[in-house]
Amino acid sequence: MNEANSAPAVLDAQGVAKRFGAVSALTDASLTVRAGEVVALMGANGAGKSTFVKILTGALRPDGGHVRIKGRDSTVGNPADARKSGLVPIYQEPSLIPDLDVADNLRLGNTPVEPFLRWVEELGIEGLRLDDMIGDLPLATLRILDLARALAVEPDVLLLDEMTAALPTNLVEQVLRVVRQQADAGRSVIFISHRFAEIAQLCDRATILRDGGTVADLPIEPGIEEKIVELMLGAALERGHIVTSEGQPAHATGRTPRLAVSGLSSGPKLRDVGFDLFPGEVLGVVALEGQGQDELFDVLSGFRRADGGTVRIDGQEASFRHPADAIAKGLTYVPGNRAEALLMERSVRENIALPLLARIRHWGPIRMRDEAARVGEAIDKLQIDTRAQGEVQRLSGGNQQKVTIGRWIATGVETLLLFDPTRGIDVRTKRQIYPLVRELAERGAAILYYTSELDEVQLACDRAIVIFNGRVVDVVDAAHADEQTLMRAAYGLTEQDRAEAVS
Amino acid sequence: MMRLISKNRWTMGLFVVLALLFVVTKIIQPDFGASGVESLARASLPFAFATAAMAVVVIAGGIDLSVASMMAVASVTAAVLMQGASDAMAIPIVILVLVIGVIMGAINGALIVITKVPDIVVTLAMLFVWEGVALLILNAPGGAAADWLEALIVGGTGLLGIPKALIVLAVCVLVVWIPLRRSRLGLSIYAIGSDENAAFRSGIAVGRTRIIAYAICGLFAAMGGLSLTMSTGIGEPIPGPYLLASVAAVVLGGVVLGGGKGGLIGPIVAVFILRLVRMDLTLMSVDPNVTTIVEGTIMVAVVMLGGVLAIRSARS
Repeated sequence: MNEANSAPAVLDAQGVAKRFGAVSALTDASLTVRAGEVVALMGANGAGKSTFVKILTGALRPDGGHVRIKGRDSTVGNPADARKSGLVPIYQEPSLIPDLDVADNLRLGNTPVEPFLRWVEELGIEGLRLDDMIGDLPLATLRILDLARALAVEPDVLLLDEMTAALPTNLVEQVLRVVRQQADAGRSVIFISHRFAEIAQLCDRATILRDGGTVADLPIEPGIEEKIVELMLGAALERGHIVTSEGQPAHATGRTPRLAVSGLSSGPKLRDVGFDLFPGEVLGVVALEGQGQDELFDVLSGFRRADGGTVRIDGQEASFRHPADAIAKGLTYVPGNRAEALLMERSVRENIALPLLARIRHWGPIRMRDEAARVGEAIDKLQIDTRAQGEVQRLSGGNQQKVTIGRWIATGVETLLLFDPTRGIDVRTKRQIYPLVRELAERGAAILYYTSELDEVQLACDRAIVIFNGRVVDVVDAAHADEQTLMRAAYGLTEQDRAEAVS
Repeated sequence: MMRLISKNRWTMGLFVVLALLFVVTKIIQPDFGASGVESLARASLPFAFATAAMAVVVIAGGIDLSVASMMAVASVTAAVLMQGASDAMAIPIVILVLVIGVIMGAINGALIVITKVPDIVVTLAMLFVWEGVALLILNAPGGAAADWLEALIVGGTGLLGIPKALIVLAVCVLVVWIPLRRSRLGLSIYAIGSDENAAFRSGIAVGRTRIIAYAICGLFAAMGGLSLTMSTGIGEPIPGPYLLASVAAVVLGGVVLGGGKGGLIGPIVAVFILRLVRMDLTLMSVDPNVTTIVEGTIMVAVVMLGGVLAIRSARS
């Protein structure tokens, strides 16, 4: 660490500020990266991280402060100039053109082909052809191609923004290894991720943003996670606590389940899934990527038809040919992608009021006073930052997610299907979402809660089912659902373990 | 090779349809021959240029409603300047008209980029502006065209029995399109139409590329205007039915209205298909009003069929 400190800064940003109208997104952000370093840039959602990244990469021009790359001023106004000065970013969404093939995309970015192909191979993608259309390739492959394209031009500074979020585990390992090699070879990397494990494994230092300013710059060492969380959350830290319903668990009351699924199959991935979901219960769904959970939620929300099996709602058999059928049966789907659930151009108020109005019995004049009262109550409860209340698309990702879930509090909901509701949002917002989910359950809602973060099962759910290879392989009570247990089950290790334990 | 075919499946299909239509025409009208093809090619020429113009901006993710008006400006400018001018003067006049086309298109593009007003609104407004400009230059059909220019497309066949108009079209389109398609600029035009954000992140100057796409649109529109003057010998200040016809051919030609997909060959083949259908229906003495209904039906049916085939092949 000491020798790194003496090296000259490759990228040096100081006092960067940016305002959008009345909203001050950045006040005093700074970041220093030296040769051979991997620096984590961290901050809760709304801390100004996205704005800072846009300024560093030249997509936005700062109002104040400076960004220097290799000593030269680089407060540029467009990504092309930032690339020329040696900083190559890899954004959260792929920046490849979907209607062009791989070769054309390389030509477009003046990327040399040979090194690109070498990196693609190094990163573990096989069978790529230069005439493959980008639009036909899976998302994980595109992320890797983006990285390979960046590496091929040998950048001085590589900026990875949530690079690993959409990748399966084996590719994450490859990426972390290659990035570390880059740093060891004397290049610099800015690494943005929500995953502490990756940061601990990869990074030398962490720069932490809060409320538009840099609040700390720490070396990564064992046990630093808690400190970083504290710094990111600041005074507003609310401890997450395990919320479990008191008294008899909902699934042991002998009542009719709200949603009873058995032997459900659809397509090649969903083979045989069954479970009972009771009113007042939050049932977690845990699975690795692509084990059939997407298909399960699609079938239950009417986007996709089942090939076999039954779905019973309050004891009545049901089959859905259209999302409207599922909605009519009281099943409400909240997709993981917020953009699919919200009217981005409309206000927070309208978005919360929309489900109130969507019911047919509410046709006719809108009862404005009643609506205003219920919506106002919901906004208070959600603690939504209303600085940008005009349009939902101007809210931060975490606040948007609060709107997608919170609006059901105003409306009332019978069965809620939540698909990874906390993906890509910060710790503070997550901890506001768990109580929301619990409150809905306490009001009698039955909630199916798929999560890609195992620790959430104990924070939000009563029970969890684990799906592996299209089948339910385990049902775990929240009390026993620690991350290790779930992880073993999710990798399909449970059944033989059970057998061993019984024998 | 298989991939090349599958990537250009739509265009291949259009060529097959065109060939079938020629067979049908021959059956309906047994004496349909070289002169029939020649007049078809000449009548299609302004439509083909209008379609090429429209295709470029649609590929770039935009639309230009002022195509027909720009053609009118080009047509009357050429006709007015050529009246009484020597044959030799016609060359600089043609170049000037093409430059005016580029400038008109660039103005359209710049207005869209600078004002951030939606393209459909800007070009609708410019439709009226260019229409007014054309009428100011020449308030009634008139003017003249140099004889050698007329001879370029009118009468008889050129090389290898190919109609002259077709040769002019091929040369003009290929001279612009081939270098463009192979250049980074051409890729950039596809890129901004395909995914504007990804293009911006890839370091493409999105605004500049858009202006250039509109400028090329203006260039093709000017060629279309010139071809009008060349085939009729006069300038025509009232825009012809080229706007909606060009959108129809672009869609039928496999260019997706959302941008990023397609090329110029498909839409131009589609122009000939639509003109030939119209000619066949006229030959069968079908009511002209029924003709437009048939054209509309063909468009919807073909595009829908294309969608169904695409879904089929994606499934298999």
